[in-house]
Amino acid sequence: MRWRVRVRIMPRQGILDPQGQAVAHALGSLGFAGVAAARVGRTVELALDAPAEADARDAAKRMCERLLANPVTEDFVVDTAEALA
Amino acid sequence: MKVAVVRFPGSNCDADAWHAAKDAGHAVAFVWHRSTDLGGADVVVLPGGFAYGDYLRAGAIARFSPVMKAVEAHAKAGRLLLGICNGFQVLCEAGILPGALARNAGLSFVCRWVTLRVEATDTAFTAGYRKGQTLRAPVAHGEGRYVADEATLDRLEREGRVVFRYAGDNPNGALRDIAGITNEGRNVVGMMPHPERAAEALLGCTDGAALFALAGT
Repeated sequence: MRWRVRVRIMPRQGILDPQGQAVAHALGSLGFAGVAAARVGRTVELALDAPAEADARDAAKRMCERLLANPVTEDFVVDTAEALA
Repeated sequence: MKVAVVRFPGSNCDADAWHAAKDAGHAVAFVWHRSTDLGGADVVVLPGGFAYGDYLRAGAIARFSPVMKAVEAHAKAGRLLLGICNGFQVLCEAGILPGALARNAGLSFVCRWVTLRVEATDTAFTAGYRKGQTLRAPVAHGEGRYVADEATLDRLEREGRVVFRYAGDNPNGALRDIAGITNEGRNVVGMMPHPERAAEALLGCTDGAALFALAGT
């Protein structure tokens, strides 16, 4: 079974996110009112072969812990896992 | 001493590090990152650059290069290891040094001379300096803001493991102005500034040369 798994990696709360600050500032400059804050992270989309959704999610979690996220500066969440036809 | 300079795909200060080590009188060899043999080196240098294009995070992929198993064993055995700029990022990603190098607070890539204060002289790399001495060296990085949790920072300070601090001008927003640190065994040093680019008169500054002289060995 093949799964599309999306993991979302975000700068940790309390860690300065200069990219997010610059984006919020730029949005304000463009006239978008009410942007109190922006944070910028990354999404990694994986096509994963695994017997069941739980296995695919578990594999993605281990990949985040090992490589995809840096625990010092980033938090991650396995967002979605959907079966690919 | 035998010095090995590791080359990752994307390293670009490898020749400079080689040159600085050679000028200091060492026998220097390059080691390709696919190699698992450091050739009996006494000192390993992970040079500056953009290994693997800094993809994902600076140093995140390079730390899994085949050579890194040998580098970790080398460090564990108490032998000397120096990570400069990208090399420092690789050492943090590998967990050989604590903390991480995050994107510069000012967002821009910084490429300029900075002043450093030597905070610890009890490492082989800094034994040729005086405590409190200031040095000039260039920085050239987009991700050089040293970050770690408060407990780690306090521990580094308590154990005298902050080796270099930016004096006055902190170019990247590094916490507590940290520019370089050492490990518990004091045999591993990582730093963002480039001493190899300030190691001979022709470069306009010789302040970095003492780092390669390894006066403490």
